[in-house]
Amino acid sequence: MARTDRTQTPLGAGTGATGAMPGELGVEERELTIEQRQTAGLSQGAIIRRRFFRHRAAMIALAVLIILIVFSFSSVGTVIGGTGRLAVNAEGILAPNGWRVPGWWDKDWYTTYGQLNPGGAPTWVLPFNFGEFPFGQDTLGKDIFARVMRGMQQSLTVMFIVGIVSTVFGIVIGAVSGFFRGWVDSILMRFTDVVIIVPIIVLGAILGRIFGGNAIVLGLFLGIISWPGMARLVRGEFLGLREREFVDAARVAGASSTRIIFKHILPNAVGVIIVNATLLMSAAILIETSLSYLGFGIQAPDVSLGQIISEYKEAFRTRPWLFWWPGLFIVVIALCINFVGDGLRDAFDPRQKRIPRRNRRRFFGLGRTSIAGGTGTAVGTSITDKPVADPVTRPKKDTQ
Amino acid sequence: MLSFVVRRLLATVLVLVAASFVVYNLTANYGDPLADLKGSKAPNRQELIDQRIEMLNLNEPSIVRYVYWLGGAAKCLIGQCDLGQSYIRGNQPVTEALASAAGSTIQLITVSTIVAIVFGVAVGMITALRQYSGFDYTVTFFTFVLYSLPVFWVAVLLKEFGAIRFNDFMANPAIPWWGYAIVGLIFGVTLMSIVGGPSRTRLLSFGIGAVASVGILLVLVLTGWFQRPTVGIIGILITGAAITVVVSLLSTGLKNRRALMAAGATVVVWAALWQPLQFLFFYVPQYWVLLVLAIVAIGIGVLSGMVFGRDDKRELARTAAIVSVLTYLVVVVDRVLLVFPDYTQRIPLKNGIIATIGATTPGLRGDIWFQMLDSFAHLLLPTIALTLISFAAYTRYARSSLLEVMNLDYVRTARAKGLTERTVIMRHAFRNAMIPIATIVALDIGALIGGAVITEEVFAWQGMGQLFVQGLDHTDVNLVMGFFLLTGVVAVIFNILADIVYAALDPRIRVS
Repeated sequence: MARTDRTQTPLGAGTGATGAMPGELGVEERELTIEQRQTAGLSQGAIIRRRFFRHRAAMIALAVLIILIVFSFSSVGTVIGGTGRLAVNAEGILAPNGWRVPGWWDKDWYTTYGQLNPGGAPTWVLPFNFGEFPFGQDTLGKDIFARVMRGMQQSLTVMFIVGIVSTVFGIVIGAVSGFFRGWVDSILMRFTDVVIIVPIIVLGAILGRIFGGNAIVLGLFLGIISWPGMARLVRGEFLGLREREFVDAARVAGASSTRIIFKHILPNAVGVIIVNATLLMSAAILIETSLSYLGFGIQAPDVSLGQIISEYKEAFRTRPWLFWWPGLFIVVIALCINFVGDGLRDAFDPRQKRIPRRNRRRFFGLGRTSIAGGTGTAVGTSITDKPVADPVTRPKKDTQ
Repeated sequence: MLSFVVRRLLATVLVLVAASFVVYNLTANYGDPLADLKGSKAPNRQELIDQRIEMLNLNEPSIVRYVYWLGGAAKCLIGQCDLGQSYIRGNQPVTEALASAAGSTIQLITVSTIVAIVFGVAVGMITALRQYSGFDYTVTFFTFVLYSLPVFWVAVLLKEFGAIRFNDFMANPAIPWWGYAIVGLIFGVTLMSIVGGPSRTRLLSFGIGAVASVGILLVLVLTGWFQRPTVGIIGILITGAAITVVVSLLSTGLKNRRALMAAGATVVVWAALWQPLQFLFFYVPQYWVLLVLAIVAIGIGVLSGMVFGRDDKRELARTAAIVSVLTYLVVVVDRVLLVFPDYTQRIPLKNGIIATIGATTPGLRGDIWFQMLDSFAHLLLPTIALTLISFAAYTRYARSSLLEVMNLDYVRTARAKGLTERTVIMRHAFRNAMIPIATIVALDIGALIGGAVITEEVFAWQGMGQLFVQGLDHTDVNLVMGFFLLTGVVAVIFNILADIVYAALDPRIRVS
């Protein structure tokens, strides 16, 4: 098993000498002591936090992500509740149903404005003269900046909800299955197989039709069907960890199963879980945009980044700005999430014992990284057209 | 082993039945299969509606219809599949629709999978060997970018820049001076960072890379190669020599003169066979001839290895066979390119050959060389789109896998024995690093049969993904279920295969 040398002591309880692998050769012993000096007196949590905060790429990505979130929600405001469809409100104006929270940008994503520039070209003159429509307008005169911001809100909402829901589901099912083993395990894993095999696009299509443009509902349901990868991963971790001495010790001390699962085993698996959650989220944003692109996800008149691209894909030659902006933001968001995940993975990696010094040029992911995690993409249809192989399903866990 | 397979199969049959029940009922209750008829103004509207209700048993609840469907699907076990008819495809039996769609999907994914695996593994390995170098960071950054790209966006960009603008370029291939400078710089820096070593070696490899790439580009432009691409006997000899050097470098090392000779001999044999082969290609233009020749190519390589080898016959035979097959491919490419001028005259795009939609040019007739060039022109863009995104994943897998292996004790032992770095990497580390990759590849191939929904959509490719979206759009339950059954079964089979492959490659794992 590749992961048996993971964190040796429960999180938080560790002393300086964490994760020293048994069987290291003498040559490395001196190196180890230098490394130990750096982490001496720090708890495991503090070491991980430090490693993460000094991972420059991850920090930049995190900052960009936070800026994007704040910017997208504050600029055009948002709508709470509602289905995303338009209705005539009390003042006789066409507006999305639900509670509209205004933002500082004076345009919105559903109103058509008069065309300012010929063809709706962007009014943004570099560097800082933004004008009325910085990202341009479409053929009807809608403001692309407002549309992209709203689309980003929707995509981000779906992304975070999928991340949270599938992580919770995955942890519970994986933990129960891996901890209790036996027939509980068999039933839960067969259930996981059933979920993994139902094409995501079928569910997405049905939900898209019923709930229209509501990103929260779409996110919830996408989350409910994307947990299998996480569940298998957590199960694998639990299968390994439950045989450890500290679990025996807890059991002898009279701890209940619930306590052992949540207080003793789960903190040791948290690194893998967090890293996989970020991978799930970056996959989620691509799945959401792909579903919306195919017309099965968030639907007009509400917008998502994929839906904007789908709407304007024929206009690339004549109005490239309709196409560049939404795509750019999809890439930036997914990239940021991937970098944050990479930073977390490095931070949790027990083999990397040193905290990187501030002046060291460590930009990108190191060590053992497997970027495509289990993202419950459907078996047949690879919606994001990516290989859906799930490293967790490797026979290591099942067939030994 | 047998009991393992049987148990797995039984469990997965249950899983498939449960999942198919869910999918059937969701799809059946999702839309209205009569929607198109209800909106039609045909005089016999009611009749048509009744007919379809009759055919699809729409008066029964969906659970009952599922049982009917399951009954038909169960007949697959005795070789008489009855998956119903697809009303949206003019009542074509679903099995027929599946067969044609699967064929076209396989055509689409095969090349991209192979290219992605080969390049992904190669680049991943190099980044692992040059860990923490500028090359490593750059590649890591780009794989992250590729991994974050939505394929529909890439596909539209490819259509614009890969086809329309590239075709414009092909019509008038004038490269400005800074174009050469950029090409030289890119190749020079890449070669420099791959080779590594002390600064003198780096400078030398940078110079070689830059000069060689600019020189080749210059020759190609000056000879008008872009307007009329050919290979010719000289091209075969040059590419053959390059293949020989690269393959021997990786497999036996350039110091092994006999290996070089064995590999080089196969290139000479193909150069000598080139003239007679043109007659064969002209009189018997059949696909089986190509297949037979491929086997002959392996034979030539093995024979050459036997002749030149002493106690290392097997290694030499392997090296020479790889070189021989690759050189043979160049010979085939040479033959295909012969029809290039004729082809450009007969396709609708007058100024370039790269097509943006479909699998073939409709109504084009010609021999197999024509068809091969035509499918190449159509396959190029979707293949690039699919390759780009799966390439990133394979690079990461290969990198992490090799890094993991390079730290193991047996690699240290191999080094301590005094083996060359090439032997350590290729013989000891690489093979073991490939074990996890092999299982991932098996799983991937199983999943790929489902087709790439969006790539097929953007490039108007009539594959499995299109079939599925079409069925879902029109609530054609039989079509959706046919798709689901085929992809599900293939995925399950490859899953089991992946387990068995893993156990076969890694003796520490037992299948039980």
